Amino acid sequence: MTLARADQASRRYGDVLALDRVDLEVRAGELVGLLGPNGAGKSTLMNLLVGLRRPSSGRVELFGGDPRDPASRRQIGVTPQETGLPGTLRVGEVVDFVSAHYPDPVPRGELLDRFGLGDLARRQTGGLSGGQRRRLAVALAFVGRPRLVLLDEPTTGLDVAARHTLWDAIRAFHDDGGTVLLSSHYLEEVETLAHRVVVIGQGRVLADDTVDAIRGIVGVRRVSLVADDLPDLPGVVRADRVDGRLHLLTTDADELVRALVNSRAAFTDLEVRPTSLEEAFLAITGGDQPGTGEQVSGVAPASAPNQTGIGDPTGTEGQPTAAAGGRPTTL
Amino acid sequence: MQLALVHARYQLLEIIRIPVAVVGSAFFPAAAMIFFVVPFTGDDSVGATFATASMITFSVMSANIFQYGVGVAEDRDQPWNPYTRTLPAGPAPRFAGRVLAGLALTYLSLLPVVVIGATLTPARVTPLAFLLTAVTVAVISVPFTLMGLAIGYSLPSKAAVVVAQVVFLPLAFGGGLLSAPGDAPGFIETIAPFLPTRGAAELMWSAVGDYPVQPLALIMLGVWVVLLASLAAWAYRRDEGRRFS
Repeated sequence: MTLARADQASRRYGDVLALDRVDLEVRAGELVGLLGPNGAGKSTLMNLLVGLRRPSSGRVELFGGDPRDPASRRQIGVTPQETGLPGTLRVGEVVDFVSAHYPDPVPRGELLDRFGLGDLARRQTGGLSGGQRRRLAVALAFVGRPRLVLLDEPTTGLDVAARHTLWDAIRAFHDDGGTVLLSSHYLEEVETLAHRVVVIGQGRVLADDTVDAIRGIVGVRRVSLVADDLPDLPGVVRADRVDGRLHLLTTDADELVRALVNSRAAFTDLEVRPTSLEEAFLAITGGDQPGTGEQVSGVAPASAPNQTGIGDPTGTEGQPTAAAGGRPTTL
Repeated sequence: MQLALVHARYQLLEIIRIPVAVVGSAFFPAAAMIFFVVPFTGDDSVGATFATASMITFSVMSANIFQYGVGVAEDRDQPWNPYTRTLPAGPAPRFAGRVLAGLALTYLSLLPVVVIGATLTPARVTPLAFLLTAVTVAVISVPFTLMGLAIGYSLPSKAAVVVAQVVFLPLAFGGGLLSAPGDAPGFIETIAPFLPTRGAAELMWSAVGDYPVQPLALIMLGVWVVLLASLAAWAYRRDEGRRFS
């Protein structure tokens, strides 16, 4: 059974096309990760699915109905941005307020305990720490005993322990048969939680498959070595120099190493490793135009020193680093 | 309906937790009363009663334009607002809750004016007229609530503050609220009936005393209500929270 569906959904803000004919189906029991850099269109897609915005063209459905119809939203749970909790209300009051919208809400104490907030019911949300606020925000998605929760970057800005608490709660919900659509730019999060990954970049679905398959499709390997000066090498998707080590992402490590050896260039400490999903995902999104101008300007100064100038196999110099704007610094 | 009360309760809670906001909305009308009415009434009981009614109209107008104009615009800036729109309820309960909370606060902000009128001026009304006036306050809240909503839903909060301030003084003076009925400067008497403040004030004057309402002002008030209602509805529909382009 399909719980949420986007059918050729596009959304335009003025001149910017935030979503470009996106197709997505979330079926009952799935835990789907929505992955993409900032500005890729993840939040816009989420907003369409929960009825906050209308698609400019195409269709979105929630439980077979229009998400803008309140009845369609009865079985979903959504997380507010943690900064948006009304600061003067107490934790318990916020939970009660949201509970009032559902026929059979989870009792307040039980919900707060599940998210480690049991002692804080009397505290005003404005006085909570960032992690506590985030946990409360995520807890609110589960108040109404939803069948589908849509979590937009639920653990952004959390420390490792808090992130694991939330992951456990999300996993427990999924193990009980719940369906989850989770957007993230933390690849670790998606790798840990999701079974299926939908990669979004520049408003389009770039890939939609299992975590393993996404890695397989891309088949990117990381070749790293220490060298001063290298000739142009074939198949380099991305090149970074970190602490004197040169990291080359390539779709064909064998060919690259062969060319490297044949070039007789001096190098030491050669290493070939499979990539993390993050690197795979950068390889998918990297070749395209960056999503927004803001990202490019924000990222260019920081990443410019990493440019090695080795090769330019994609013919889009500078853009792969622009796409890295979505990469969280914690990874 | 129950949800509307829930929304009203939490909106009031949010406001009351910052008491200075409540004090602020009650302060302005009270100060206006002390500066514009108390020194000039002498022992003219009828004049004082009409002047107090004018000040109440003034308070109702400023309370509603500000709390809806600025309040709604600020809410739209908060991420909490879009979140509540993902809850399985239409806009009606939230809207009704807001209006209930707004009305409650309007009455609260009128208390100082009524107390000052009763103690520091010779203004007097019969208990029946007092009740009638209280009901009239709810009626004349309608155009100003709609005006506030139109401002709040169509403008970002910083612009809404300015527009609310720009709008409310000319409306007060132009509607003749700061003069006795029929006693305003000539050009104000000419334009007053065309402003919503005048129709509202006439209703208030006729509630507190022996005052024949001008049909023109009442008709124009009706026109304003329709106009502002369409404007507010239009602004609400096109609103999808704060927009970036």
